[in-house]
Amino acid sequence: MLSENGILWTALSILLLPLLSYVIIFFFGKKLPRKGDWVGVGLLFVTWVQALRIFATFWRHGDPQWRVEGVIPWLKVGDFTADAGILVDGTTAVMLVVVSTVSMLVHLFSVGYMHGDRRYERYFAFLGFFTFSMMGIVLSNSLMFLYIFWELVGLASYLLIGFFFHKHSAADANKKAFLTNRVGDFGFFIGLMIFFTAYGTFNYLELFALMQTAPLTGALLTWAGIGLFMGCIGKSAQAPLHIWLPDAMEGPTPVSALIHAATMVAAGVYMIARLQPLFDPTALLVVAYIGAITAFMAATIALVKTDIKKSLAYSTISQLGYMVMAIGVGAAGAGMFHLWTHAFFKALLFLGSGSVIHAVHTQEMPLMGGLRRKMPITFWTFAIATVAISGVPFFSGFYSKDAILAGALAFGWIDGHMIPFVLALLAAGFTAFYMFRMLFLTFMGKPRDEERYSHAHESPWTMSVPLLFLAVLAFASSGWKGPSNGWFGKFVAPYDLEMIVAQHGGETLQTAHHDDVHAEPVDAGHAAGPAHGGPQDEIDHGGGHDEHYDVHHKAHNVAMILSILVAGLGIGLSWLTYQRKLINSETVKSKLEPVHTVFQNMYYFDELYAATVYRFTLWFSWLNAAFDRVVIDGIVNGFGYLTRALSWVSGQIDHYAVDGLVNGVGAVIQGAGEGVRRVHTGRVQTYLVYVCFSLLVLVLVFRAL
Amino acid sequence: MTVGLPHFLTVGALLFSLGIFAMMTRRNAVALLMGVELILNGANVNFVAVSRYVDHGVDGHLMALFVIALAAAEAAVGLAIVLAMFRNFGTVHVDTVNRLKG
Repeated sequence: MLSENGILWTALSILLLPLLSYVIIFFFGKKLPRKGDWVGVGLLFVTWVQALRIFATFWRHGDPQWRVEGVIPWLKVGDFTADAGILVDGTTAVMLVVVSTVSMLVHLFSVGYMHGDRRYERYFAFLGFFTFSMMGIVLSNSLMFLYIFWELVGLASYLLIGFFFHKHSAADANKKAFLTNRVGDFGFFIGLMIFFTAYGTFNYLELFALMQTAPLTGALLTWAGIGLFMGCIGKSAQAPLHIWLPDAMEGPTPVSALIHAATMVAAGVYMIARLQPLFDPTALLVVAYIGAITAFMAATIALVKTDIKKSLAYSTISQLGYMVMAIGVGAAGAGMFHLWTHAFFKALLFLGSGSVIHAVHTQEMPLMGGLRRKMPITFWTFAIATVAISGVPFFSGFYSKDAILAGALAFGWIDGHMIPFVLALLAAGFTAFYMFRMLFLTFMGKPRDEERYSHAHESPWTMSVPLLFLAVLAFASSGWKGPSNGWFGKFVAPYDLEMIVAQHGGETLQTAHHDDVHAEPVDAGHAAGPAHGGPQDEIDHGGGHDEHYDVHHKAHNVAMILSILVAGLGIGLSWLTYQRKLINSETVKSKLEPVHTVFQNMYYFDELYAATVYRFTLWFSWLNAAFDRVVIDGIVNGFGYLTRALSWVSGQIDHYAVDGLVNGVGAVIQGAGEGVRRVHTGRVQTYLVYVCFSLLVLVLVFRAL
Repeated sequence: MTVGLPHFLTVGALLFSLGIFAMMTRRNAVALLMGVELILNGANVNFVAVSRYVDHGVDGHLMALFVIALAAAEAAVGLAIVLAMFRNFGTVHVDTVNRLKG
């Protein structure tokens, strides 16, 4: 049990240990024995233990509203101050465990997976750097530091996607990821600057308090929320900016597990969950719809992909869509819960696929098959993760997905938006189908490529230990009750805004002059609020809202039955198709040719962007280039020509006037000399004549005078 | 007819003119020196005549004596120059020695 100070110092160590790992391996990795991988694994293990200590402290404390904040002054420019700070609460504790666990296991897994790579130590350095940045996002207490670390994880993602940069596709993929994220981050930046200009602070809790006492006017608040959500759209790969995530699978597979499945892509979800009080109902509705559409669309694409990692990538997008939708429908706790369970089983799926790829050296599922006999550990752990993600009862994924579906259904009943629930339910069925399809194609049946099969082997212990560890978590990480009345409710609950106002309300008086900006009455933005309490209403408001309690209770039961039903249906169809071969997948494919083509081409998003954004960019660049060529170059060249003409004139003046003068003086003098030299005959007698003649002239002249 | 000043002056002028003429026309350097002597002596005649008829003193005579002395020195120097000229150019013709021609 840590004291408040102890929590802050532990959190600081969690932030800085991965940074230390990065610094040591980056600068001294080549000189260390084993290229320093043990430094990374060791420090991450310490980080993990530290995270567990914080988690245990919060577990025992058991109050989701308990927050520990530590702030140091960081930057002061004129009136502007920015403080660096750490904010630890239950949500943070959960995220710390997710990130440190997956990161530690991925470090360990990579020891085997990246063995013999030429830039082995650089890889571990980048992993440390990523973990540091991710911890920064998790621990930050202000939008500004959130944004800074947000960009840093983007950089880490860029570096690791392009780790095999000698492959053209990897180099393209990391550029695509970076640029796509730029679009989202642009909106994020606008969102946070709206809040900053309105309230003059970046601190979360102060912002929440100010939001309650002096809310922004409607439209501005909505747009600020959508702006923040754009950051999430980019980072968490929501439609329509999801296109980078499948390509990001060019990175090493453990990286896909860590960054592009469990942690970084969940940062967007964590961000909107943590900043939920900053979103108004309209913005949350956008969040819900985007999430639902993403969940559905990505699931349909995952149905037809044959590349195991691509399929998992779309599965990730789909699950992220779930989490985002959960927050949008007001079930933020369920969203965070799904983030928690998903991190483990999806990391497990990626590491499992990494183990498979490591063994058969291909990512194409049609070339695999029958691997369960060769790789029993990988098979069983992969199977557990598959069952978990498909939503089979008693596995972790079931509880979290069920909570989300219940939230969406309740939202549909109360607010009349049924579409998110329907899409999410369909996506749940598809998820069960494609995950079992993956399991059957990879591990079951007969080997389709004998040569690859014969070379396949189980992975070393550094790779199988993380698999086993994650398999336990994939099964049991949820506990045996739903998020709202199980243990998770002790960690994540909607913010008690009244308490925050009471604690941070002092600042509101200083910003009273902002009243003209947000003159709306306090409850204007929150009038439609009750629906957004989500299932947590059950614990928060107890019997206070009987009507809502009933709705949520009923939704919970209906959603559970429906989700078991669709999961069973998906698994059954998958079994019939790929295991028993009673349904010929080729026949189905040819019957649904147009649909299949659309799924196979990923809804033509890349083509759409190629036709619009890329073409517009190219056209615009061409226009700029033309402007450069014609106008700018014209001006520059014009000045060139003008200078040349002036120089020519100046040259002519020099040549004729100045040189003419100088030469003229010379010529005159020479001419005069030429004339005078004739006088000098050199003969004495001539001179005598001159003397006499001159004398004569002088005499005559002076005589005249 | 009494011999007066004008006659002397005429003789002096004639001597002077003949000296000038000799210097202008003769090519031989020694003849040139002779021309110089004629000029000086023309001047001497004038000195003495003017001294005798106008001044009634001895100033002119003294001046004539000075001139004679100077003429002797001049002849010595002049002949030395002629000798040096002959040595250098192998001739005493002044028109062929025109090194200072412009």
